[in-house]
Amino acid sequence: MSTLTAERPTPELVTAGKAPKRRLRGESKLHPLVWVFVVAVMAFSLIPFYWLVNTSLKKGASLSKGELFPSQPTLENYLVVFQNPEFLLALRNSVIIAVVTTTVALVFASFAAYALARLKMRRKAMILTLILSVTTFPAIAIAAPMFSIWREIGLYDTLLGLIIPKLTFALPLAIYTLTSFFKEIPRELEESAYMDGATPFVAFRKVILPLAVPALATTAILVFISVWNEFLLAVTLTTSPEARPVPVAIAFFSGTSEFDQPLGTISAASVIITVPLVILVLVCQKRIVSGMTAGAVKG
Amino acid sequence: MAIRTLHAPAKTNARDRAERKLAFRMTAPSLVIMTLVAAVPIGYAVWLSLNQYSVRTAGLSRFVGLENYINALASQEWWAAFGQTFLFAGLSVSLELILGTAMALLLNLAFKGRAVLRTVVLLPYAIITVVSAITWQTMFQPNMGLVTNVLSTLGLPGGDVVWLGEHGYAMAVIVMADVWKTTPFAALIILAGLQVISAETYEAAELDGASKWQTFVNITLPLLRPAIVLAAIFRTMDALRVFDLPFVLTRGANGTESMSMLAYTQLRENRLVGEGSALSILTFLTVMVVSVIYVRFAGGNIRDVAKEEQ
Repeated sequence: MSTLTAERPTPELVTAGKAPKRRLRGESKLHPLVWVFVVAVMAFSLIPFYWLVNTSLKKGASLSKGELFPSQPTLENYLVVFQNPEFLLALRNSVIIAVVTTTVALVFASFAAYALARLKMRRKAMILTLILSVTTFPAIAIAAPMFSIWREIGLYDTLLGLIIPKLTFALPLAIYTLTSFFKEIPRELEESAYMDGATPFVAFRKVILPLAVPALATTAILVFISVWNEFLLAVTLTTSPEARPVPVAIAFFSGTSEFDQPLGTISAASVIITVPLVILVLVCQKRIVSGMTAGAVKG
Repeated sequence: MAIRTLHAPAKTNARDRAERKLAFRMTAPSLVIMTLVAAVPIGYAVWLSLNQYSVRTAGLSRFVGLENYINALASQEWWAAFGQTFLFAGLSVSLELILGTAMALLLNLAFKGRAVLRTVVLLPYAIITVVSAITWQTMFQPNMGLVTNVLSTLGLPGGDVVWLGEHGYAMAVIVMADVWKTTPFAALIILAGLQVISAETYEAAELDGASKWQTFVNITLPLLRPAIVLAAIFRTMDALRVFDLPFVLTRGANGTESMSMLAYTQLRENRLVGEGSALSILTFLTVMVVSVIYVRFAGGNIRDVAKEEQ
């Protein structure tokens, strides 16, 4: 497995922006049955998105009949969502939590990952195992005691009270992904820095970090998505709109803004927060792939 | 130059020491945060689980030993949640591995539009789980959902079913929502494994006159084993912790409550901190035991990879 990247030229991997060269086995003529499968996979991935958007554009009878195309498309649901102060607060909270957690995790993780990837260190294997074991913790095991501790020290239902535990789960993800990226940077670069009299830390800061910018960006995307997505800690450790992030706000959206059919507004809210992430995937698709496989296959 | 070579050993030793010191300093912040925020709370959870502790009665605490665990293990709720979580994990992970392998093989083929396919396949990964749950909920709404609508229009069974109102159907929707969102993850790991297999291996098989199916069963699958096992480990760990999907889709009704959900309900809704902590420790132990079994019996090759990495 570790030979996975060996045959690929290093700069390409470090930039992580280019698709790895793949063997072109056979020609581009696919068996018709394979095309059927391609279409099926595409449909399976896309139809739920279509239905979500479709539902968000419907109101009243059009919604309850479940029309396959909205006969009277309306943006009313979107207006309702944007006029809902709780949703706007949740959006603000999610942005703050995700940005702060991602930034802090990236700073600490890049240090740790460099040490683990490159420096001589005692008990390296044990430390790596410990870090990996944190990722296997079920969040509920942390959430239960945090709930009690935070209530006692006043961090319950605050943004900081959410950032701290989320950081704990973001760190191992970032460390693992970055460690495998750092390993791909050729050693000669640091060696020559040492020859010029640089200390290991200076070599890290002046040589490795600038080269690792694409890897850091990739890791940031992965961490951001996972923090934005996290639900259990968010729902356990918050109770008021002032601290609730988006996933929790949406999960509790029912009935507050509309009496009879909140499905339309819930769908509209879901579309609103999905659009930025879909754009992120469209733009950074190759990065996300390289980050997911780097962290995973090497991990 | 010559002088530098002469002094090399002493210099290397000094650098070794400097490196170790730096390595310690660089890893310390992360380790401290993780210890404080993971290990300390888990230790505290163990302590809480040995107490009768109720937020309702203003944190009155009484040491009860293993009583919370005994009660949990004797309760029907725990075993129901345990069974449902494993049922969910078994179904969704096996579907994700089969579909993920097929998708990976597809993405590994050279054809026009592969880039488009890869992007499309990745889209569900970016959607947050709560939204994915809501999306599937809207598709299975009685009469007004896409699936129920199409089924009843075509006169097929299932059109008039309240999908989230019955155990089997509700579980099916939860599994589908999970498969939809996370198959891309499994597919990408398996794709990375596929790309390691050298072209020569396939050429040799072709020379020997192996059919496509024989090549797949005798060459591709065995060589893909490490990647598939890895995907299985990651997905299983995640599936055993499942929370958002049943929380949004059914609120745990109709026998879809997972282990994490049961612990959450005791803790937050019933305000039973001791019982909730015992249940979360039991969930933690279950996930740990499964991961140890995986690494022990299925993950021999993973340990080899880990060794190589060191």
